[in-house]
Amino acid sequence: MNVTLKSLVATALTVAGFVGVAMAEESTVVVEDAWARASIGINRPGAAYMTVRNMGEDTVILTGLRTDLAMMPEIPLTSTNQQGVSSMTPAGEIEIAPGEVAALEPGGLHAMLMRLSRPMVEGETFALTLVFGDGDEITVDVPILGIAARGPKS
Amino acid sequence: MQRRKVLCLSAGGVAAVGGMLVAGWWQVDGPGAPAVAGLRPLPLSEMEFQLTSHEGIAVGPETLIGRPSMVFFGFTYCPDVCPTTLSDISGWLDDMGEDAANIDVVFITVDPERDTVEAMADYIGYFHPALRGWTGAEEEITRAAEGFRATYTKVPTDDGDYTMNHTASVFLFDAGGRFVSTIDYHESREFAVPKIRRAMQNSTEETT
Repeated sequence: MNVTLKSLVATALTVAGFVGVAMAEESTVVVEDAWARASIGINRPGAAYMTVRNMGEDTVILTGLRTDLAMMPEIPLTSTNQQGVSSMTPAGEIEIAPGEVAALEPGGLHAMLMRLSRPMVEGETFALTLVFGDGDEITVDVPILGIAARGPKS
Repeated sequence: MQRRKVLCLSAGGVAAVGGMLVAGWWQVDGPGAPAVAGLRPLPLSEMEFQLTSHEGIAVGPETLIGRPSMVFFGFTYCPDVCPTTLSDISGWLDDMGEDAANIDVVFITVDPERDTVEAMADYIGYFHPALRGWTGAEEEITRAAEGFRATYTKVPTDDGDYTMNHTASVFLFDAGGRFVSTIDYHESREFAVPKIRRAMQNSTEETT
């Protein structure tokens, strides 16, 4: 919930004229190896994965996501307890220190794309905007792989 | 190292919703749970449940006796863990080549409300052809989970929908229906395939 609200606020700020700032910031945060799984229709939530690398000198805070593909993109954390029970919880704000990465990968942090506006079709791409605490944004083109894909390198 | 930091930082978010989850935890994993956590699954011959496969065939624990089997609980509206596990399983089966034809592989849904036979058929088709998907009445799913000592619970999501927390381990049984071992989530393929082969080996020794 927090993440979604923040992304709405960030959207409003961007519209108000912060786009230039966002552009300037693009060189300090790099998104690598982004990929998503294809969906069956639009009823099931989709998932996308990537590595967010902070190349800058200041800590950045990933606060939310935005995409026209899904009305409610969020970043939950999947965790599996000692009994082997797996659950998802909102990750909240994700702080990335200088030189560090936030890995959004299967079974951990991931972009969950709820309320898809269209099916995620294998072979296509979609634009996903990462929103940061200071209002900066990065938009990446995410390739959609097969439903059974393990990642961009397999 | 870097990953650990991220996980620690997100612990704040986890704590924030922790309160909401306590009630569910109490019933599922906590002291309020039936004492199943950490117990071995029953032998298939001692389980009782009746489900329907994605091909519309009536199935139950007895369906799996006679050949080694691999069983996993999940749901098709699961964005992360289930497709990851199913693609892991598909990868293990690919690695096993022709031997994959000698093991039954079943995905049992914990979300029968949305996972109808049709929904399961739709979904299963995207993974390894050996995979079967089972669904059925809520109470039959509960009986199945009890037999496997698996747990699941419904959790509301922000969009007004719901997701499921569930046991994500893969259970291995020999041809006699005896539980052999689990493959835990995130276990690497190097360990998984030998475990599967061991379950199949058990069976060979028993039957020859």
